[in-house]
Amino acid sequence: MRQQIYLSSSPHVHSGETTFQVMRAVLYSLVPACGVAVYFFGLRALVVLLIATFGCLATEAVCQRLMGQTVTVTDGSAAITGVLLALNLPPTSPWWLTLLGAVIAIVVGKQVYGGLGANPFNPALVARVVLLISFPVQMTTWSVPAPLGSGLDLVTTATPLGAWKNAVMLTGQLPASMQGSTTDFFLGNMPGCIGEVSALALLLGASYLFYKRILTWHIPAAYVGSVVLLSGLFWLINPAKYPNPVFHLVTGGLVLGAFYMATDMVTTPVSMRGMLVFGAGCGLLTVLIRLFGGYPEGVSFAILLMNAATPLIDRYLRPRTFGVQSGKV
Amino acid sequence: MKLKTFAGGIHPPDNKQWTSHKAIEVCSLPAEFVVPLAQHIGAPSVPCVEVGQQVARGQEIGSAKGFVSVPVHAPTSGEVVAIEDRPHPWGTALPAVIIRPDGEDRWSSALQPADPGTLSPEDMVERVRRAGVVGMGGAAFPAHVKLSPPPEKKINTLIFNGVECEPYLTADHRMMLEEPERILQGVALLQFIFGAERVVIGVEANKPDAIALLTQLCAGAPVEVVPLEVKYPQGAEKQLIAAVAGREVPSGGLPMDIGVAVHNVSTAAAVTDAVIHGRPLIERVCTVTGPAIREPKNLRIRIGTPLSHLVEACGGLLEEPGKIILGGPMMGFTQLGLNVPATRGTSGLLLLRAADVVLQPEGPCIRCARCVQACPMHLLPTTIAAYSRRNLIAVATEYCAMDCIECGSCSYVCPAAIPLVQAIRYGKAAILAKKRSS
Repeated sequence: MRQQIYLSSSPHVHSGETTFQVMRAVLYSLVPACGVAVYFFGLRALVVLLIATFGCLATEAVCQRLMGQTVTVTDGSAAITGVLLALNLPPTSPWWLTLLGAVIAIVVGKQVYGGLGANPFNPALVARVVLLISFPVQMTTWSVPAPLGSGLDLVTTATPLGAWKNAVMLTGQLPASMQGSTTDFFLGNMPGCIGEVSALALLLGASYLFYKRILTWHIPAAYVGSVVLLSGLFWLINPAKYPNPVFHLVTGGLVLGAFYMATDMVTTPVSMRGMLVFGAGCGLLTVLIRLFGGYPEGVSFAILLMNAATPLIDRYLRPRTFGVQSGKV
Repeated sequence: MKLKTFAGGIHPPDNKQWTSHKAIEVCSLPAEFVVPLAQHIGAPSVPCVEVGQQVARGQEIGSAKGFVSVPVHAPTSGEVVAIEDRPHPWGTALPAVIIRPDGEDRWSSALQPADPGTLSPEDMVERVRRAGVVGMGGAAFPAHVKLSPPPEKKINTLIFNGVECEPYLTADHRMMLEEPERILQGVALLQFIFGAERVVIGVEANKPDAIALLTQLCAGAPVEVVPLEVKYPQGAEKQLIAAVAGREVPSGGLPMDIGVAVHNVSTAAAVTDAVIHGRPLIERVCTVTGPAIREPKNLRIRIGTPLSHLVEACGGLLEEPGKIILGGPMMGFTQLGLNVPATRGTSGLLLLRAADVVLQPEGPCIRCARCVQACPMHLLPTTIAAYSRRNLIAVATEYCAMDCIECGSCSYVCPAAIPLVQAIRYGKAAILAKKRSS
């Protein structure tokens, strides 16, 4: 028998990298953040992580089965959505809320648009925002970190951003008492969503993604840079009312947002210039919402709004084609 | 020192270690030569010999038809046994002159050497045309056409391409190491023909021996040897010019529009043969390599040698090939069998095993933008490919589909294994078809 000869269009070699490998690397990079979350918030955080992840996987499998499609839950994308959703929920999130979030993320955030690669909005953030609007009490019940083995029970409190917002709304002044330790904020020893508390763990994971060239610097740099610039400007104008840029950076979901949520490949621009504009837009909206909006935190809304602008950005900020003078397309 | 290069590109494993250290071997003559009449871009030549006729080595057997065309010559002395359609590397059967060698390998007496000092540039170009010289990098564009730019397009920079950025291929590398004088003579001739002020030989930095040798030989001569960053497609014409001269060939234009001409180093050697020795282009160096071949080699082959003969010359196959590629793995063309002949553009024969064939199933685009970062033309490959596949030709045109150089970098890096460059090729063909019909 003659062996098969393959005929194909060039190229005949491939980098060997697969979508699954990209997804797997993102999951690996989230391990430190998950670890810190479990350390600070205990088994509750682990339960939220597991429910969200397996909830997303199961929902995706059911959706694809119902639609008669090939089930592709093993591609890693639904697992990422699940982990990111969990990281965007409070550690006190009840099981039904977490599961509902998983279903919303996969059904409303992803499958209705056609599945992987077709969704315009970050699925985990769609779920978070739906939950935040629908269940404001459960979604804004925060707890003081109670490190594993400390014997402490979870105590309800406000996030640093929330505390600041309340104080400003009540007194119009920045409360002196809420100026916590920047080191604690950086390490994650503060109330907040499961995954947003430790900037250190998130940056550790992100550096792995930079090393693997899955993350480029454009969006995080533009996002963080614009937040620093804009919040710094307000802080310089009135330091008694507005918190300093470092406070903005290490509290709330900025690091999680800038390095993980705003860098979701599917929902962000493909060109370098587009990424810079996207990141800067996220930063601008985040600061505006934090300082002047009704919610203490603006990262989720900012990213979703910029997701909506992505097709427009891609259309108008294309790279300059080699050999074409700028301005002529 | 930071090496010169272009923006974008990829780093595929170069796999040149199989043959880069191996001296060029002269390949034996096959039992039968199949010399296609179409081996170049442009009009195919028309046969000027008859079946049964005895021909000598270097004798013209096909005449050029029109300006963008070159004659074809007998690779050895022997008898014309047939003029018929034979399987051609382009994928169909095309007219070819079949020659059975007589073993004498006798040169044609019509070939006249010349003293280049007595020749005008026009004489030289005519000798190049008559010798059937084409670009040896793979595209096989008739060299005399490139040597005759319209008078208003003054060439001030002449670049010689010794980059050889295609993985596996080492033919140009060995040429630069073993026959640098032949190349440099051609460089001087081409400089004289163009009257160029600046002459550069660009070589990728993964060939330090060739860079050192050429630099040494060019000492005192008005020729710069420029090492270039190892990156694919550094040897693509536009990217080479951008790296060496810092100028961009305008979209839809030619290098001569910015006063530049690019020739392959092996083309320079063929120009030496044509102008000084009067010898036509009937042989070239070809890298026969790949995991399916027993003993990879750099072979000096006569044009028209069947691929099966090249495989025999390299000790045969280790196993049945899964893919037969003429050229390199990034831009080479797959073949159905080893019965096609090597042509003037055959820089390499790459034989992959079935296990080496990439059969990753295609997935959805996750917009990871790897293709955007890799594209040396700074296009949006995934967008153009998507529009091409949906037959949205006008939009594909607007996204500069026609500027794609089809280097394949986008497909190489795509984690979803989308055949991006194939889709863009389809789009380009559709754009051209639409243009022709309107």
